[in-house]
Amino acid sequence: MPQQQTILSHQFPNGLTLVAQSMPELESAAFSISIPAGCRYDPSDKRGLANFACEMLLRGSGDLTNRQFVEALEFNGVDHSSSVSVYNTNFGGAMLATHLHDTLRLFATMLLDPLFPADQLEDGRQVCLMEVASLEDELAQRAIMELRSRYYGDPDGRSSEGSFESLQSITMDDIRSFHQQHYRPDETIVSVAGKFDWDALRDHIGSLLGDWESKPAAAVELIEPTKQNYHIDFPSEQTHIAIAYPALPYRSEEYFLNRGSVGVLSDGLSSRLFTEVREKRGLCYTVSASYHSLRDRACVVCYSSTTKERAQETLDVLIEQLTRLGNGIEADELRRLQIQVRSSLIMQQESCRARASAIAGDWMHLGRVRTLDEISDKINGLTVESVNQFLAEHPPRDFVVVTLGAEALESHRDIVSAT
Amino acid sequence: MTSYRQHELANGLTVLAECNPQAYTSAFGFFVKAGSRDEHKQIGGVSHFLEHMVFKGTPNRTAEQVNLELDELGSNSNARTSEESTIYHAAVLPEFQTQIVELLSDTMRPSLRPEDFETEKQVIIEEIKMYADQPPYGGYERIMEEFFGDHPLGQSVLGTTETVSAMTPDQMMAYFQQRYSPSNIALAASGNIDFDLLVKDAENCCGSWERFDASRSVQKADYRSGFISMHQPVSSQQYILQLAPGPAFSDDDRFAARLMNTIVGDDSGSRMYWEFLDSGAAESAGMGGYEFDGSGSIMTFICCDPDRAQENLNRLLKLQRDVKANGVTQRELDLAKRKVASHIVLASERTETRMFSVGSQWLTGLPYLTASEIAAAYDAVTLPQVNDALEKWTLETNMTLVVGPCEDLAAAV
Repeated sequence: MPQQQTILSHQFPNGLTLVAQSMPELESAAFSISIPAGCRYDPSDKRGLANFACEMLLRGSGDLTNRQFVEALEFNGVDHSSSVSVYNTNFGGAMLATHLHDTLRLFATMLLDPLFPADQLEDGRQVCLMEVASLEDELAQRAIMELRSRYYGDPDGRSSEGSFESLQSITMDDIRSFHQQHYRPDETIVSVAGKFDWDALRDHIGSLLGDWESKPAAAVELIEPTKQNYHIDFPSEQTHIAIAYPALPYRSEEYFLNRGSVGVLSDGLSSRLFTEVREKRGLCYTVSASYHSLRDRACVVCYSSTTKERAQETLDVLIEQLTRLGNGIEADELRRLQIQVRSSLIMQQESCRARASAIAGDWMHLGRVRTLDEISDKINGLTVESVNQFLAEHPPRDFVVVTLGAEALESHRDIVSAT
Repeated sequence: MTSYRQHELANGLTVLAECNPQAYTSAFGFFVKAGSRDEHKQIGGVSHFLEHMVFKGTPNRTAEQVNLELDELGSNSNARTSEESTIYHAAVLPEFQTQIVELLSDTMRPSLRPEDFETEKQVIIEEIKMYADQPPYGGYERIMEEFFGDHPLGQSVLGTTETVSAMTPDQMMAYFQQRYSPSNIALAASGNIDFDLLVKDAENCCGSWERFDASRSVQKADYRSGFISMHQPVSSQQYILQLAPGPAFSDDDRFAARLMNTIVGDDSGSRMYWEFLDSGAAESAGMGGYEFDGSGSIMTFICCDPDRAQENLNRLLKLQRDVKANGVTQRELDLAKRKVASHIVLASERTETRMFSVGSQWLTGLPYLTASEIAAAYDAVTLPQVNDALEKWTLETNMTLVVGPCEDLAAAV
């Protein structure tokens, strides 16, 4: 590893956590604020509320109007973003380190003192409606969204955008009350990576957010997922294929065994899916498998797209390769994976943005940060025997398949034991 | 801390690097002046197909070995093809410098074996079909063709299913022998580089490549304007694309024009942001420059609800006329400069980004500039220079293409 990694953390009395990685060699800093106000808290008839609330927060706070707020971000040269996931609403940004404190002040005011201007409500609604509409044209994303919804059920398989109908019914009172109830410090994580002075940063966050009043979390009712295969009929050139199978969550002791086996499938140019589906058979341009984790559940999502004449063969080869993984991996595959992980961990150290996001994610899942040394040790500690034992106990199976395209595909009976 | 080094091999291959001994990683890229503008129409897409074939084996390695070795070095590697260049790149830990240079160099002399060629052809056709399903549904290729007319910059990078299906390994080899002269290639590097070793390894691996003439015609394009409507009934949104003339990569006013693009069309805080995005009139809207050798263009795009497309076309024209007639403000310029300065620092902290900067600058043939020199060039731009750029690069006189469910849109007046 290039140098000792310095992770610092502090929990304030109201429950808010500040976690930071010092990267003194940089001139920049990045931050992420994750508030436990994700779309799982949207009432079922107000889907899209968390996303709409996030949009309205950006439309003025404290002494600043919408336009003044955006100008202040520009003045500080902040490259910023906001998003809503199942668990969280996230705000993030990267900038010159000298502007970090001013920028954090802008976002803290936004969280605690939003104006929610009435004359901006319809503009905000239009922005949210547009997001729903534009997703219609993103075919790969549509297939994967449908897959997640079928795999995780409601509300954890939701996407945050909501629908045309649900967005139309949302009022400013709904937005205010969502903010009032779910924007709370207790599970909020502020992460910072880059160049900063830790004592000054901790005091600054304390003065900005230390008085934020804590509140209890709202209960959420989980509905069992259907886990059934599904086809979306659409007259596209290609058929999009998305497959999910069970995995262990990030917090699991066996996570690295699980992640290692997914790496053999999909990390790198010599990985099994790339070799078997694209390189040997030329069936597609894109093929991948990625690991996705909620707090207590996880899955592996495989995706490929191909012309309809070759879609059945592509699905068959994908399922064959996933099933074959259950028979175990080879020593060479593990060795290549270990080198790749080491390399990518070090490359991540160059980016304050990547680190701010990674340490926030770790904190959410684990309540601590897995250091690079720890990850490196875990990956290097994997053996063919340990991975193969894991795969024997947890072979890829119980596949859920969603396809989108001009023709439905045949899902083999033996691949769909969940239905 | 960072130093710039450059060396030319006897056969004309340029080796250049931005060396930073503090960096954790190293990045390498072969930059080739070969792209769709260099193709005859009947072999449209050959540059991009060749980019794929470079990973499919050499006299010394099979395709599988190339992939295995790239992974065994823990490399993060890829390639890209554009109208003017093909770039093959990999980032690794510094300890693998010699191995990655040897591997990348070897791949630059591909075998083009017929069986690999036919398999890869299917992959390319899938890539073409994949983009055909994605917004703007072939609109980019069509507007480039219409805007540049007969000029080779209007030729599609991917080619078509027909041109790719009909292509043979012999045609590709002939193209390779016209473009891949060492005098037309640079090996660019950044990060924790041992430059003397890099030159030595390049000499060993690439020194025997034979040099030949690979010049290209860079006649200035005769830009066209007009309005084209493509009907795409399955699309839910309407997409608006415009191409207007813009600076070539060597034009003196390119920094002023880029700041103009930021002020008028950045995705946050720009004139277009307030006109279209803040109000939800469009889902996305923005502007960006495409600078080429001898020619250039500025692209404007909007994605919106079909019901608002005509209104948005009209609003866009009004915005373009207003900004040209009244100019931008000093405040707008100051904010754009701060945004660009911040972006330059953030980007310069990535080793790979520096390699792309070094290599891309070589492609232009202009003197090398460090990140801080580039930042200084932006900072020196004055308000009159931005307003001159607005006067010169007439955004409102353009080629407009609309694609989506609407059938009755008309040019804004």
